[in-house]
Amino acid sequence: MLENALQGGKEYWAWLFFLLCFIAIGFFCYLMQLSQGLGITGMSRDVTWGFYIAQFTFLVGVAASAVMVVLPYYLHNYKAFGKITILGEFLAISSVTMCLLFIIVDLGQPMRSINIILYPSPRSILFWDMVVLNGYLLLNVIISRVTLSAERKSVPPPKWIKPVIYLSIPWAVSIHTVTAFIYCGLGARPFWLTAILAPRFLASAFAAGPALLILLCLILRKITHFDPGKDPIQSLAKIVTYAMAANLFFVLMEVFTAFYSDMPEHTIHFRYLFVGIEGYNALVPWMWASEIIGVIALVLLLNPKTRIDESILAVACMGVFISLWVDKGLAMVVAGFVPSPLGAVTEYSPTVPELLISLGIYAIGMLLITTLYKIALTVRKEI
Amino acid sequence: MAVDRRKFFTIAGLSTLVGLMGKEVLTVAAQSESKYLAAEKVLTAHRWAMTVDLTKCKQGDGCEKECIQACHDTHNVPAIENLKHEVKWIWTEPYEKAFPSQENEFNKEELIHKEVLVFCNHCDNPPCVRVCPTQATWKQEDGIVMMDWHRCIGCRYCIAACPYGSRSFNWVEPAARSEDGQILPDQPFLKKVNSAFPTRTRGVVEKCTFCDARLAKGLQPACVEACKQGALAFGDLDDPNSEIRALLKDRFSIRRKPGLGTQPQIYYLV
Repeated sequence: MLENALQGGKEYWAWLFFLLCFIAIGFFCYLMQLSQGLGITGMSRDVTWGFYIAQFTFLVGVAASAVMVVLPYYLHNYKAFGKITILGEFLAISSVTMCLLFIIVDLGQPMRSINIILYPSPRSILFWDMVVLNGYLLLNVIISRVTLSAERKSVPPPKWIKPVIYLSIPWAVSIHTVTAFIYCGLGARPFWLTAILAPRFLASAFAAGPALLILLCLILRKITHFDPGKDPIQSLAKIVTYAMAANLFFVLMEVFTAFYSDMPEHTIHFRYLFVGIEGYNALVPWMWASEIIGVIALVLLLNPKTRIDESILAVACMGVFISLWVDKGLAMVVAGFVPSPLGAVTEYSPTVPELLISLGIYAIGMLLITTLYKIALTVRKEI
Repeated sequence: MAVDRRKFFTIAGLSTLVGLMGKEVLTVAAQSESKYLAAEKVLTAHRWAMTVDLTKCKQGDGCEKECIQACHDTHNVPAIENLKHEVKWIWTEPYEKAFPSQENEFNKEELIHKEVLVFCNHCDNPPCVRVCPTQATWKQEDGIVMMDWHRCIGCRYCIAACPYGSRSFNWVEPAARSEDGQILPDQPFLKKVNSAFPTRTRGVVEKCTFCDARLAKGLQPACVEACKQGALAFGDLDDPNSEIRALLKDRFSIRRKPGLGTQPQIYYLV
């Protein structure tokens, strides 16, 4: 099956080469980071996690969202998702791979990372995150491989794969729950210390992930013979709508709790995000843009007329994705550190090498998606 | 059994993985246990703790901060001017930053303008230890929260978990080295090197150790020894006859962020 990834037209190879250039640049910058230390990033004594960990958090959500196609298809026998289930699983594989890479590049001593396995620490949520992320990667590799090779031979998949697929459903929920637990179990960081963080992570994940999947389906329809049909896209759009509405609801609940109780250590982080404190307001325009784009996208999704129009739907999905990326892939992590537990306000912005390393990892993810989708579509002779 | 290309790659991939993991396990198993002899005058306790007498401590008021100098010299703490990359084991914070929610605008003048000495609280219930994914930081039986700088992977989860900002990460190389690994003296961040204590490498977290290495030689912590005002006292809280217990019995004391349940072992006498 893998050889299918090595056969393609000029455009296919040009795209892969384009991605490889970014991977090479990112790799070069990472070598620089390895030799000089994490000091070349924008992180600091007060803001000790930045762009890398935020991307990791956002992408865990994208990975978990595969469950939104797997669950209806396998649990409810919703046949319309039959064609796109494998796309969801491959998206999960690429996203988890990016997550693991983002963790590795964030480590000060990456060559010691095996210590997490050598000295297992069940009290640490990071340990459990390592377990669930690698487990989820393995589950999706096994499931997609077995079901796709059965499809290639035109035989039904072996019976033993069913329980594995069922296991992958709660497992998907677990990866994002455990990722939220990394943050929401820390008394030192009142911004994250909220029981709704895990539900909010899941809601935003189930909006951003399927929104990306819709966009990927629409792109595939343009450049290949693959056509998922109207129905699955519309079903995905409804999932995005519900999840985005739930996410917005959860955000408002957080805002209410913080501002009605009016406890300074809870409100100050929201103030930093939306109005700035002591004149520091780097994230303010981003946050307002995120909220406004998110609300417009939600309105477009809620209205059946605009949702059914696929070109408007595409715009709405882009809006959802961008809005949630800013919220989770930029602001959520940084705001937990501003102000610091000692009341210091240190702003953070990623440096050029930091962004290029991140871009390199995204390019690896896109390379994986491209080649995996190429394999899936070749097997189905839809290219 | 016929082996096709696909099966071959699967088996080759899996055996490489098993091989890699096996090598790690064997390396660990091969490390034999070694025995250490304790020094004769070693100071021991069940629960080390420190008191800072805010009425005697003259930080910000003519004091030359000998305690900070002594600590940072003893432990080869690099003096990095870029505040974003700063490493510090002991420093001062304004009263309202050190004790948020315990301040009020009508406090005694001395308190409002007080520069309070802060360091690792060696919490009885340390959140940093809870979150560390490699057990590179742990609580010893004597109550000291220790760090293993050779095991730390630099994930900085402990920094996120510490409510006191007591942990520093080495964003840059703290000590320049020659090509054969020797520390070079007189360099930007470490003017002189105390060869009795290790220097760190970039990419690991570090913090105050309550001078664990000095206690093993029967010496008091460097900051306690250096303070000319006698503002610092160090002792065993489990010993009812200790100086520190007498001080706490006699004087009113506060701790940093007590509501978080971390049980800091640094007591501030006010």
